[in-house]
Amino acid sequence: MERIIKERSTQVHTIGTSAHDLDCEKKSLAGSVSQRACVFCGSRVVLYPIADALHLIHGPIGCAAYTWDIRGALSSGPQLHRLSFSTDLRERDVVFGGEPKLYTALTELIEAYKPKAAFVYSTCIVGVIGDDVEAVCRKVAAEQKIDVLPVMAEGFKGTKKDGYKAACDALSKLVGTDNNFQAPPFSINILGDFNLAGELWMLKEYYEKIGVNIITCLTGDGRIDEIRQAHKASINVVQCSGSMMHLAKEMEEKYDIPFIKVSYFGIEDMADALYEVAGFFKNEEMLQKAKELVSEEIKTLLPALEPFKEKLQGKKAAIYVGGAFKAISLVKALRLIGMKTVMVGSQTGNKDDYNLLQKLCDKETIIVDDSNPNELSEFVKEKGVDLFIGGVKERPIAYKLGIGFCDHNHERKEALAGFEGMLNFANEVYASVTSPVWKFFKR
Amino acid sequence: MLLNHTTSKIVERKALTVNPAKTCQPIGAMYAALGIHGCLPHSHGSQGCCSYHRSTLTRHYKEPVMAATSSFTEGACVFGGQSNLLQAITNIFTIYEPDIIAVHSTCLSETIGDDLSQIVGKAASEGQIPEGKHVIQAPTPSYVGSHVTGYANMVEGIVKYFAKKSDELKNQLNILSGWVEPSDMRELKRMLKLMKVKNVLLPDTSDVLDSPMTGKFEMYPKGGTTIPEMVSMGDSLHTIALGEWATEKAAITLDNQCKVKFSMTDLPIGIQATDRFIQAIAKAGSVSVPESINDERGRLVDVITDMHQYLYGKRVALWGDPDQLIPLAEFLVDMDMKPVYIVSGTPGKNFNKRMEEILGESVPEAKYKNGANADMLLMHQWIKENPVDLLIGNTYGKYISRDENIPFVRMGFPIIDRIGHSYFPTLGYMGGLRILEKILSALMDKQDATCPEESFELVM
Ligand code: SF4
Ligand code: SF4
Repeated sequence: MERIIKERSTQVHTIGTSAHDLDCEKKSLAGSVSQRACVFCGSRVVLYPIADALHLIHGPIGCAAYTWDIRGALSSGPQLHRLSFSTDLRERDVVFGGEPKLYTALTELIEAYKPKAAFVYSTCIVGVIGDDVEAVCRKVAAEQKIDVLPVMAEGFKGTKKDGYKAACDALSKLVGTDNNFQAPPFSINILGDFNLAGELWMLKEYYEKIGVNIITCLTGDGRIDEIRQAHKASINVVQCSGSMMHLAKEMEEKYDIPFIKVSYFGIEDMADALYEVAGFFKNEEMLQKAKELVSEEIKTLLPALEPFKEKLQGKKAAIYVGGAFKAISLVKALRLIGMKTVMVGSQTGNKDDYNLLQKLCDKETIIVDDSNPNELSEFVKEKGVDLFIGGVKERPIAYKLGIGFCDHNHERKEALAGFEGMLNFANEVYASVTSPVWKFFKR
Repeated sequence: MLLNHTTSKIVERKALTVNPAKTCQPIGAMYAALGIHGCLPHSHGSQGCCSYHRSTLTRHYKEPVMAATSSFTEGACVFGGQSNLLQAITNIFTIYEPDIIAVHSTCLSETIGDDLSQIVGKAASEGQIPEGKHVIQAPTPSYVGSHVTGYANMVEGIVKYFAKKSDELKNQLNILSGWVEPSDMRELKRMLKLMKVKNVLLPDTSDVLDSPMTGKFEMYPKGGTTIPEMVSMGDSLHTIALGEWATEKAAITLDNQCKVKFSMTDLPIGIQATDRFIQAIAKAGSVSVPESINDERGRLVDVITDMHQYLYGKRVALWGDPDQLIPLAEFLVDMDMKPVYIVSGTPGKNFNKRMEEILGESVPEAKYKNGANADMLLMHQWIKENPVDLLIGNTYGKYISRDENIPFVRMGFPIIDRIGHSYFPTLGYMGGLRILEKILSALMDKQDATCPEESFELVM
């Protein structure tokens, strides 16, 4: 491990060696090939799935071009979110200020597309040139009579995590604005599912089967009108806690809605997610239905997993994903199909996440925060890994190293949540780890 | 209908770009720098930009794309990014050990007024750049130009830094390759070899972004223009610069700096542009055109002859970079097709003039636009007004293709939903053959899929 930078040694830990708390939530080192993104990126991915809203990116063209429909968050209706709108700031605007252009662009857009609401993302430059985005939004909102929500997401003001917060701040301005709505009994909100590959639709089915009503999902397949009613739910069920915790906490304070943290990935966690909701409502019938559903699903799932497990037994996996909560579920799910996690890391984990990971993983597992390609490839080689789980920038590295890969980020094409998702996951892992292509070169 | 929000009604837009037909400068600088051997691109700005540029290049090439970032935070925005860059240079040389760091700016670092050449100069004078190592730089604020100008700036930066004139004239040509695929770089080298012309190709991303699978992750794959080659460019006979937008800047700099004269030619796409390219090489290298090259040309012409009935009068919409669109439009006209709509987000003074020359007489109905508001929304609206038979452009055309049921040939940058672009060239006569094959397949596949049963045919 000669190549690991000294300054980073506190962000890497091997379980079983001298105990130290993993350093995290640190800035990346200048000059690192960091896999991290920016505040804007964080807010954009969270709000992106709201399909009947306008998403206008105030900044130079790149910020908009790179986030044009890159996240496979599916919508059952409108597709407005899949277009890319930019103020495309030019030199002139940078010198004289971009407010007039923002005003015109917003007005033109709202007139042309008649969206339910508009989100305006301010990017780095906007922060530096000092445009008063909030004032422009207020003005347009008053003139056009729709909500125009500024998302203060200047990239340099922190990490992707701060972007999640900015997104939550924007959302919380919508939540609670429709009071005419009467919520049916047993109503929940799902927080932090983005409906990648239609996962939300599967979850909805499970919940509906046990008699739970979903008012809205923030933000997968999202609709503005539903978000306005979200405060009528009895409980918030938070999946991607990294991104949605702020909103959950705020709703607890403001509307007295408790939240639970769940994961929909892997059998155990999926089952728990259903049981906990039933438990919250203290409803025997619901709990009974949940148990039936789970046992029904497991009855078909476990035998279906068996052949994969046989082939994958003892194989080793490395995980490097955005949020650490996801990593925790992944470790468990891999165990279920016989695989061992030997390296696990995230871009944005916090102390609690990493402590939990340390407890969960075996001895000698490497835990890392904010890693880089060099480190990752060193660890993978050192540990003789068979499978890498990561995102877009990790995929080609894994392949170059000759190991299988599974995307657990924006580019997954298969739904991985829930019981069906577990089977998809096993299938995908199996296909990649055992692909005949690996025989054509020497590792 | 993904784009059912689009109507044919064209409203004057003053301040808005919808579905851009361009992206920002740094990604071009990053791509150009990857075509130098042993080089690590470095993005001077916040992490987000760098991350997006790497992701996009990764999605297009399906290869690891390495680049470092200055990781700006609020402090840097207030006090300037100098200390970040200095620290970055030190860290990069110790950790990643490149031969060259190619720094480009971002909107942010430009706006706060960081002066890259001053900071790099400081690093050099303070001994932070190890012996035999290099730091080159290019300004790439995205509120001017586009990804293409970013590419041009970096190529210029490379030439500025490395090319030297010595006493010894070298019997070689400089070829400034323009923003093309690794496969095209390879094709250029193949053609030059057939013509027996020694050359330096700059940049050269073949064997970098199409590297073979070996089971190893190489931070610096074997390809890329080498330092001695770049230095020697000042002693070459002549420079052939392919594509005005991407390479003219570097060619002029090279001329000023080392008195190497240059010829601007279009990217060799299609018959006439390739003819001009071959002529330019033959002239500058004082060689004759070998039979084998003439044969390739003959084969391309032969296939067009065989199939011309399927090409005649087909209306085509194109979008992308000016350097590609100009010779492509010319090639389509030569094949008796009608490039009726053309947009490019990249501005440039000669675009309209060249299009007028190419299309004025043969396709008088053609509409073309570049620069502000020349985006995919405009393209779609034109198509809604009066449809086309074929689309040619980057991945973003797939929405229009699906919604309007129009066959679609992917060409340009980025292509993130198909493969082939980085392995099969579109340059030269062989590349022309590939373009032609793709066009015919797209048109005929649609015909097979949609024609009435009674006119379904085996032989086409
Ligand atoms: S800030 Fe500028 S450099 Fe960065 S992604 Fe946006 S347009 Fe590109
Ligand atoms: S400019 Fe700022 S907001 Fe835009 S991508 Fe770069 S870091 Fe993110």
